[in-house]
Amino acid sequence: MAQIFHRSANTLSRVTIFGAIFIAGFVLWVIGGIVRSPYFTNQGVHREQPVPFSHQHHVAGLGIDCRYCHTSVETSNFAGIPPTSTCMNCHAQIWTNAEMLEPVRASFRTGKPIVWSRVHRLPDYVHFRHDIHVAKGVGCASCHGRIDRMNLVYQASPLTMEWCLNCHRNPERYIRPREEVFNMNYVPKNQAVLGPELVKRYSVKSKTHCSACHY
Amino acid sequence: MNDKTLNFTDFRARIGDLRGKEFWRSLEELSRSDAFDEFFAQEFPQQAVPLEKGANRRDFMKLMGASVAMAGLAACRQPTDAIVPYVNQPESLIPGKPLFFASAMPLAGIAHGVLVESHMNRPTKIEGNPEHPTTMGASDAFMQAAVLGLYDPDRSQVVRKFGDTATWGEFIAALQPVGTAAKANGAGLRVLTQTITSPTLGAQLQALLAQYPGMKWHQWEAVNTDNIREGARIAFGRHVHTHYDFTKANVVVSLGSDFLGDGPGHLRYARDFMSRRKVRHGETTSMNRLYAIEASMSNTGSVADHRLPVKPSAMWGIARAIMEGRGVNPVVAALIKDLQANAGSSIVIAGDEQPAIVHAYAHVINSQLGNLGKTVFVTDPIEVAPVNQLASLQELVSDINAGRVQALIILGGNPVFDAPADFQFAKALDKVPFRAHHSLYYDETSNRCHWHIPDTHWLETWGDARGHDGTVSIIQPLVAPLYNGRSAHEILGALIGGLDQTPYQTVRAYWAAKGATDESWRKWLHDGLIPDSALPPSATSASLTLDVAPANPLPGIELELRHDPTVYDGRFANNGWLQELPKPQTKITWDNVLLVSPKTADKIGYAAEERDALVNEKQTRFCDLEYRGVKMRLPIWVVPGYAEDVATVYFGYGREKSGRIGNGTGFNTYPMRFSNALHGGPGARITMSNDTPRIYAVACTQEHQSIDPKVVGERGLIRAATWEGYQKNPKFAQDPHHGSDVTGHGSHDTNLYPPYDYSQKHAWAMVIDTSVCTGCNGCVIACQSENNIAIVGKDEVVRERELHWLRIDRYFRGDVDNPEVYHEPVPCMQCEAAPCEPVCPVEATSHSEDGLNDMTYNRCVGTRYCSNNCPYKVRRFNFFHYSDYDTPSLKPMRNPDVTVRTRGVMEKCTYCVQRINAGKIEAEKQGRRVRDGEVVTACQQACPTEAITFGDMNDKTSKVAGLKAQPHHYALLEELQTLPRTTYLGAIRNPHPDLATSHTADTGHE
Repeated sequence: MAQIFHRSANTLSRVTIFGAIFIAGFVLWVIGGIVRSPYFTNQGVHREQPVPFSHQHHVAGLGIDCRYCHTSVETSNFAGIPPTSTCMNCHAQIWTNAEMLEPVRASFRTGKPIVWSRVHRLPDYVHFRHDIHVAKGVGCASCHGRIDRMNLVYQASPLTMEWCLNCHRNPERYIRPREEVFNMNYVPKNQAVLGPELVKRYSVKSKTHCSACHY
Repeated sequence: MNDKTLNFTDFRARIGDLRGKEFWRSLEELSRSDAFDEFFAQEFPQQAVPLEKGANRRDFMKLMGASVAMAGLAACRQPTDAIVPYVNQPESLIPGKPLFFASAMPLAGIAHGVLVESHMNRPTKIEGNPEHPTTMGASDAFMQAAVLGLYDPDRSQVVRKFGDTATWGEFIAALQPVGTAAKANGAGLRVLTQTITSPTLGAQLQALLAQYPGMKWHQWEAVNTDNIREGARIAFGRHVHTHYDFTKANVVVSLGSDFLGDGPGHLRYARDFMSRRKVRHGETTSMNRLYAIEASMSNTGSVADHRLPVKPSAMWGIARAIMEGRGVNPVVAALIKDLQANAGSSIVIAGDEQPAIVHAYAHVINSQLGNLGKTVFVTDPIEVAPVNQLASLQELVSDINAGRVQALIILGGNPVFDAPADFQFAKALDKVPFRAHHSLYYDETSNRCHWHIPDTHWLETWGDARGHDGTVSIIQPLVAPLYNGRSAHEILGALIGGLDQTPYQTVRAYWAAKGATDESWRKWLHDGLIPDSALPPSATSASLTLDVAPANPLPGIELELRHDPTVYDGRFANNGWLQELPKPQTKITWDNVLLVSPKTADKIGYAAEERDALVNEKQTRFCDLEYRGVKMRLPIWVVPGYAEDVATVYFGYGREKSGRIGNGTGFNTYPMRFSNALHGGPGARITMSNDTPRIYAVACTQEHQSIDPKVVGERGLIRAATWEGYQKNPKFAQDPHHGSDVTGHGSHDTNLYPPYDYSQKHAWAMVIDTSVCTGCNGCVIACQSENNIAIVGKDEVVRERELHWLRIDRYFRGDVDNPEVYHEPVPCMQCEAAPCEPVCPVEATSHSEDGLNDMTYNRCVGTRYCSNNCPYKVRRFNFFHYSDYDTPSLKPMRNPDVTVRTRGVMEKCTYCVQRINAGKIEAEKQGRRVRDGEVVTACQQACPTEAITFGDMNDKTSKVAGLKAQPHHYALLEELQTLPRTTYLGAIRNPHPDLATSHTADTGHE
């Protein structure tokens, strides 16, 4: 009976068996890359909004504090999205005829809320709280990026668990003085010294057990 | 191997020889048949049935193929979401933070003061109002389940005329000629309501009566207090209302009363009564003593020091014997002695079902003992117009039959379903030319009325009502009516005519006339009650104005009719939480059955071996019940502790028009309720039925998630002693072989788990005092509401797949005919060395630094190894997609702080970790440690008797640390060295020394 396989099949099979590990590794690496990519995390993706609200203009240009609109950031898990009436505090006086602001005025007139498109979304099984992070000296910009430079807000961080844990495991790298939390321009002078000191002073006990966030 | 053929004579003999293992959970365990052993031998008894209707190979491949495809899709991107802020945000509202509003839940007219948790104006959870005298911060199953009642998608949503959609305006228009006609002859108009204590509603009805002098107002509720009223009339010569102070009573005698589990003020009474039974070393100097005389096992009877099961008809004679001081049997003799020794500090209380004369005797006994004004308070009635409701309904029916009724407005209730059978209410109702029904559901009565107006839930409307002592609470709405509901105030307002008033205006105007300023009104709303509105005590002595010698009890089986412990008179039939709640004493869900004692079952011909074999399959036989000419087929169920020759049947089941959940569950037993015997009577004939089907499946959770008896050491899981025994040996509950330290907490030394230092962190722990648990189920349903626990349905409960995180194990001890009963709530033990953790292949369950045994749903892949390895059997698995993701009205009901679980995920008690985290974060923000009592678990908060204590045991001043240092503190399965954080206090009872039996004198192992 003639040989079915050529001698080269031996080599081929060795290469295939040996290579399978690399192939499997490569597939896993690709998957790992994809789930961390903006395709999954939405990092850096702009969202169409009913009103093209510019944080750059309001924060950097006008110097409005974060808490003027996001009122519950220090008291609640949810930072709060301003009600229409907050917009109208100013826009009843200025830019009263701007076409861009018509949805705001319409909302105020009709009592129908503005439907914004959510930018930062965590899954339902993750319970994140703004208040404790602010209280412990985590700056807005640490997670949200330079909001003061964004015309239309996008998600600056990947918001993956890996990313959360990076800070929860090493809070000293990111903690800033409480009075600088809302400062977009804050640049630490010597984080290596200041960080551990602040962690001690604020008794930061960043948790890494599951039920800290998942319940 | 022939254990199956054992009969109960042998069981009794067997109990006699048992030493140290005298506790048993069920008759099956007692018989220890082969099937029962097999049941425990199975790794997962609940997995015996793999798929709904069985699947063949082809279906299996299809399903698997689909699952793989779905798995790929499921890993997809985050969905896009909208954020919808307010236009004008209310001042007090902070998104993400719940607000609590005081209100009151009316049930049978009684206001139960509540605090309602509101997330962005959505009521999600009910708690008791600590300021309110009726609830004292506790809550029962009905209160907890009210949120599900509010969001029930099956509630009636539109006005209907002849069943077709109509409008409120059309109804008002239709009402005009009725009013005109009624004004002309005045006599044709009738209003039928339920029990009304609401001052505003009462005033409206009085105004209506003034306007139409010929009109009549009738009241009917299937569970009413007619006997109490009539008893008071015999003793005091007028209608009065009684309430009690159990804190001052050393001796309590219950004549068929379930004052700890049911009826006006039961939460308060349970709190007060049990405050005298919490044994704390070095502090407690005495305990109170409870004698319960009753036919079937009630919550009160189950915790009594002495329980005397008697036929219902024998109660009259016994009550009279107590009044006359005749010790007709040892228990009665002992209680008479006790009562006489505690004159002025005792209570004799009769149950709602007891005949009026028994109530009169109870009043007279209390009066003779000088209890009136000390422990028993007699006040004016709390109802606006106290009437004998049975007579009132009878008058209505005879008026209708005589053609004197032209128009009938029924405000609430469901008389077509629940009126006494001999009134033939449905037939009479059909004769009324104009009939309108106002109710939450388009139910049996609505179906027979021309008009139906949807009612508003009490969480949707304004109102007021009186608590058990007469304290008035304003009911304030938490949410605008979800559907087009109208409150009774609006309907009465429409009848009275004049300007349209909203319910708010009506209630506000009534109280403004009573002197409410804006300031006091706001304070009343905030506090949830009107201060000093309790009715003052009036009478101080009672005497018999009428006495009849009791007839001798008739031979033969007596039927006892009681309202259902979970669906009440049928009104909660469509509430899935209450349907799936195991009934406190029988642990049956979704059904009503005929309950008899083993001896009675023997007599009926339901042989021990047959019932034993069936009950292991969660099945039973049908029996034929014949009572006063009514024949009915009911499943028969054998339970210990019921009096001989008594068959107990709950009414409230068998609804046909209640909604998706309630329709077709159980059996309608109202046809056996006759006006001259509302609570049953003698002359029941029961035979085993041989018609097909012979067998009926009963979803009884008795043996579900039970700890394998073979694992349990000789001390067992429940430990009990008498007060005397405790004084001799306070450490009766501790295990001499596994010496506990003062925390009762073992050590890591003898343990393979790596040690962990909790000393710098919180160490959350729970202690449950089994002395004071009445098995009322408040905790079970509070947990369900707080933690978004799904219901699974009867078929799945039969397969042991119910999801309640907290179960209440019930243990019997001693005589099958009259056992002692002990209740033991079992949540997750939060073991420090948790056996569930090392077996999880994906680390979905792991330990937190506070010692919590975390369950991470999003990691769980559903291997169920953890559940297999849990010795306490506290883990629950979502075999199917039980959570309702689709019904829109149920979405706002859920607690936003807790993940809603999906199929294939394990879940279990978390110690309400969402509350712990919230408490910790609040404390952290203020730079301090969590204070003792700041974090309260849902079960702890609901518990009327404060049996559950939770806290940080590292804080040596905390309550929980104090309880862990009690000598009668113990842990379950201590010998396994799991170091559980949930531990128990041994149950202590206080029997009369003259009556001590062999095991009540048990002092534990020396």
